[in-house]
Order: sequence, then structure tokens, then C-alpha cells
Amino acid sequence: MNNTYFNALFFIGLPYVSVFTFFLMTIVRYRTHGFTYSSLSSQFLENRQHFWALMPFHYGILTVLGMHILAFLVPRQVAWWSSVPLRLWIMEIGMLAAGLLTLVGLVAAMVRRRANHKIAVVTTASDWVILALLLIQVLTGLGVAMMHPWGSSWFALAVTPYLYSVATLNPNLAVVSVMPWMVKWHVINAFLVIGFFPFTRLVHILVAPNPYLWRRPQVVRWYRRPAAAGR
Amino acid sequence: MDVRAQMSMVFHLDKCIGCHTCSIACKNIWTDRKGTDYMWWNNVETKPGTGYPTAWEDQDKYRGGWECEDGELRLRSTSKTKTVFNIFHHPHQPSMDDYYEPWTYDYQHLFNAPEGPDQPTAVPISMVTGDLIQIKAGPNWDDDMGGSPVYAENDPNLAQLNPDQRAQMFAVERLMFFYLPRICNHCLNPACVAACPSGALHKRGEDGIVLVDQNRCRGWRACIPACPYKKMYYNWNTGKSEKCILCYPRLETGQAPACFHSCVGRIRYLGVVLYDADRIREVAGLPQDELIEAQRSLILDPRDPAVAAAARRNGVHDSVVDSACNSPTYRFVKEWKIALPLHAEHRTLPMLFYVPPMAPVMAQKTGTTVENISEDLFHDIDEARAPIEYMAAMFGAGNSGKVRYALRKQKAVRWYRRALTVGDVDMATADRMLREADCSAAEAEAIYKLTSLCTFEERFVIPPMHREEAIEMLADPMSHKQGVGFGFIEGPRRGL
Ligand code: SF4
Ligand code: SF4
Repeated sequence: MNNTYFNALFFIGLPYVSVFTFFLMTIVRYRTHGFTYSSLSSQFLENRQHFWALMPFHYGILTVLGMHILAFLVPRQVAWWSSVPLRLWIMEIGMLAAGLLTLVGLVAAMVRRRANHKIAVVTTASDWVILALLLIQVLTGLGVAMMHPWGSSWFALAVTPYLYSVATLNPNLAVVSVMPWMVKWHVINAFLVIGFFPFTRLVHILVAPNPYLWRRPQVVRWYRRPAAAGR
Repeated sequence: MDVRAQMSMVFHLDKCIGCHTCSIACKNIWTDRKGTDYMWWNNVETKPGTGYPTAWEDQDKYRGGWECEDGELRLRSTSKTKTVFNIFHHPHQPSMDDYYEPWTYDYQHLFNAPEGPDQPTAVPISMVTGDLIQIKAGPNWDDDMGGSPVYAENDPNLAQLNPDQRAQMFAVERLMFFYLPRICNHCLNPACVAACPSGALHKRGEDGIVLVDQNRCRGWRACIPACPYKKMYYNWNTGKSEKCILCYPRLETGQAPACFHSCVGRIRYLGVVLYDADRIREVAGLPQDELIEAQRSLILDPRDPAVAAAARRNGVHDSVVDSACNSPTYRFVKEWKIALPLHAEHRTLPMLFYVPPMAPVMAQKTGTTVENISEDLFHDIDEARAPIEYMAAMFGAGNSGKVRYALRKQKAVRWYRRALTVGDVDMATADRMLREADCSAAEAEAIYKLTSLCTFEERFVIPPMHREEAIEMLADPMSHKQGVGFGFIEGPRRGL
């Protein structure tokens, strides 16, 4: 495929389609099928492997994702942190470890879903699609970390400007088109995950229960009082 | 004073015959769906025994309920900080193995089996996977196994007994068991609600019924370990928690909940009580041996004009206050003090009360007659086949005085009625027993009537629920015309 076409399709078309789908469909799904927003946890059916798969996966991916978001939001500070070799090493090794943790958890979760029949019966096609996409995402991420290290210092100069340009509706392919193919693959797959997100169980991330941290322990709902008053 | 109304229940354990009709009534209405197949919102277990889920009373394993240290009330299984970490994997969540794997039988095989020398059989198949399974447990697997070393001896309540008392319980000639029917207690200080990260679990202000908002539940599962009675269940198909709803759609149309309605032994009583919500926190944090008395003191006398006025100010409908005046629960719990909460030590302030069962009397045979073994009229309460400490572990929060009081009164009522109707006990003895049991003749008569001759209307005093007002508050009543009354507009399903 022609390179310009390829870039336009995957770095301009795909991001907009994905992000648009993400916002539209999560909202539509919440409003019309709000009931389906659930973690769909299978811990009840199988308890032991659940621990060894889901704990590393969640801790790993939250760390990695958190750092990606940070690098997007405050690229300069991240680059500043990584400007000292020791700090750069800490960052790189920490992220690589988190990535490996995610990989281990993800693979264990996939094995568990195949090997345990009880879990297999509650596994849908969309679960497999998203697991596969996540696996590619983690593998390409680890690939980038190995083949093109020191991402925490070049990310701010290379990827963030591109993401900003997309976010500000003025896509600039100058930096991204010269990226190594592993990085490109990682970015494209990320947009696939975002686009597919509303159709999967991943929506449970959006309803993560932060109000619990602030609310009073007991909840009372009054059906005959105009405003639902607490206790 | 913050006066609220609460639907509250009494189960009279001496009357339960262990027929499981209640469980079946409930299952047929509410839990015959995929994913709820293993749930028994109402279950009946044999005590001593391990119950359902297995050893649910073992809080070292399940970490249910609240604990109180230095006046601070904390959930055993979770907290705000722990929620952040436990949300990925709950260390104390029971799994299906702690309940049982639901099964059916391959009935088709009876029809489709090829002709052969043997009768075809219907083998058990799992309702989860459809695979052939070996049945290893069920919801009432230890039914009537009162003396069994596998089940009865693993009853967590036995931990409170000393070795002599244990030996006594398992001596062949003293073997005994009774049935313990259980539903959600619709607690005043529900651990399930306090643990729910989504705020889906809530208590209805008007009647105190504890419900899960199915649209808000996200399957974080914190409620399941948190409930010390294991009356929260996880629907493995929809990924939502479910629980006993006290048949609120039935209550709202003036009918008793299905398990109450169908109860063969007529052991169940239901009525509304008024209580002071301002004192919940204080009472839940009291020392363990004061809990039962303090919980009783939370319940207010609806005939007291000050209480009625405070109730009215709080929006409790007059018809509800009237209904509270006739509540059988109020009589059993507050007036007669013979109904006690189950495992009050978990500090959820359960609103289902049990009249503790009289263990079979100990007697001796001299010649051809069987007679009491002691002159003391109440001897068989303390020398009952089941040590009073065993009953106290369940119904007294470890305080055997409360259980003894309830049993003595029951016994006095029996002797009093025996003096009246059979006549082989003289009235003077019966009177003495009543006096010693803190019971008047009129009270004995009332207990007797409500225990033995109770009609449907006396057992179930259901206040008007005034749903019409609720609908007017929330929406235009015309928009509800010809609509479905409750439940889902879309069918519940798993994911998208
Ligand atoms: S019995 Fe359990 S589920 Fe029911 S209200 Fe109490 S804590 Fe909640
Ligand atoms: S229906 Fe009544 S008598 Fe029968 S098991 Fe249930 S509670 Fe006991």
C-alpha cells in the first residue's frame, strides 16, 4: 500500500473513527443497556487461578496505562524526569517490569478461560477479540521497549505531538510517519482497542466506583420523598 | 428521634418441620433463571450442621459483618482503602465450590436411549457447563444429619463450647437437631450496603427492605463476603449480585412473601416495627453482651403518642403506624422478649428474629413410666440435649441469659396450657412457673394463641405500601398506565 495512503488511513481515519465510536457507543450503551455495564467477574466460578491471573494483569496494566496518560498530559515533566540516566533507568526498568506483569497476567487469564470449562461457558466472542487485541498491544509495547528503548525520553518529542495534533483536530503526520514499524503497530492497535472498547466488558473501567471513597457507609433510598435523600 | 418503619420477621423454630416448602416457593418465583440456579434466597438448614454455603458462620474464612474496636465500627472484609485493591480479586469471596454446582438430570436420555438389556438412567449434568458431574454437595446436603461427624461436628458454633459440652452434644442418647430457615435479615446496619462500592445496594426508606439496584450493580462483589449471613449471591451469568427482596412486589399488593405464605409449619410472622434510626450507629458499637437488649430498645412502641407523632413528622403514613400496633413481630420481640436475632455479634442489627427451639427434654424411665429427671421445673433447659451455650452462640451473641429467658417463658406457657387443658399438672405449679419465667397468665394466653391458633391475618400484618404515592412523586402516573409494573424493560443478559 502506498505509504501516504497507509498513514492517512491508520493515523488520521482510524483515530477519529475509533474515538468517535468510543464516545458515541459508550454513551448509547449506558443509556439503552445500562444493565450490561458490569465487570462480569468470573471469580465466583473459579477462585485460585483468578488471583494469579487477574492481580498481575490489573496492577501491570494500570501502571503502564497511567504512565502513558502521564506522558500524554505532562510530556515535558516526564522528559525532565528521564533526563538523568539513573532516573531514566528506573523508569525504563519499572515500566518493562509492569509490562511483563501485564503479559503474564493476560496470558494466564487467557489460559484460564480456555482450560476451565466453567469459565469457558461464560466467555463470549467479544471477550476473545478484546483479549487478543490486548495481547497484541502488550506484545508490541514490550517490543518497543526492547527494540527502541528510552521511550520515556523520546515519547514526549515524537508521539505526544502527534496525539496532540489529532486531539486538536489538526492531524500532523510528520513525526509519526517516520516511526519504526513496531511503534506504528502499537499506536494503530491502541486505536483498535479504543474503538472496540464500547462493545466489550472493558466498559467496567468507566464505572469504577470512586464515589465509594467519599460517601457515607449506609445508603437509603426514599421512594416517597421528592429528592432522594441520604440518611 | 428519627422514626422509621421496618418490615420485620419472626421465625418460630419450634414449629419448623424442615419441609423446605418455603425454599421451593422462593425458588419457583425468583431464582429459577440461569445464573441464579445455585441461589437459595430462602434456605433451611439442619443445626448442628455446616449449612449453606458450607460453614457460612466461619467468619475467619469469610470475614463477614462488622467488628468494633475502641468504639470504631469497621467492616471485617473491606474498607474504603481495601476496596481499591480488593476490587480485582476479593480474598474472602466464596466460590461456587462453597455452595454447590447446580445440576439437573439428562432426562432426554430416558426417551432417546437405544434399546438394550438395561433400563436407561438419567445421569446428573451440570447446569453451568452441561457436563456430566458427580454430585458432591447440595443446599441441604446435611439435612437431618444432626450427629454426623462430617457435618454436625464442623458446625462453627461449636467452637464456643468446651470439650465436655461438645461430647454431650454428640453422645448417642442425646443426639438432637433442629431446623434453621434463613432469609436475608434486612438489617438496620447492613454490611452488604456499606460494602457496596457502586451504591447499588440500598435500604428502602419506607419499609427497610434491602435491595440491589440491578442497573447500578457492576459486579464488584464486595457485598458477598461482607454479609455475615451469606445472603448476598452473585449471579454468574449476568455478573450482578442478587438477594432476597422480601417479595416486595407481593408486599406492595398486600400479599405475604412467598416463603411466608407457603410455610407449612406456620412458623413465620411478619409485621412492621417502628425504630429510631438516630441510634443505629450507637447501638451497633456497643459491647457484645449488650447488643441484644440494645437492639430491642431501638424498636419503639407505636402506641406511644410521642413515637407516633415523630413517625408522622418523618413521613411514616398513619396506616403504617396503625399496622405497627398490630405487628406480631413487636409482640414476640419487644413485649414477650422470646424472639432473638441470629448472630447479633456481627452488628448488622438483623431484623429477622428467631424464637429459639426447645431441645427435646431429658427424661428417665422408671419401670414403665417416663418421668422428668429432676425436681427443678426448668431443669431441662439447662440440661437440655443441646447445651444452652450452643443456642447462645447463635441467638444470644454469646449471652446465654437471653436464650434461657426465652426458653423458660416458652416452657412456662406449655405447662400453663397443660394445667388448663390436660389437667395433669396442678395450676399452682403452673402459676409458679409463670412467675419464675416473668410471664403473666394473660401473656401466656396471648403467646399460646399467637403460637398455636394464629390465623393468616394474625401472622402477616402487612401495612399499605402506598406505591401510588411513590409513583406520583417520581413520574407522571399516566405514563405508567398499561406499562409493566416492575422489573426490566429489557431482559437481563450477560454483557453486550
Ligand atoms: S442479611 Fe446480609 S444481605 Fe441481608 S441486609 Fe443483612 S447484611 Fe445485607
Ligand atoms: S416451609 Fe416453614 S416449616 Fe417448612 S421448612 Fe420452611 S420454615 Fe420450616
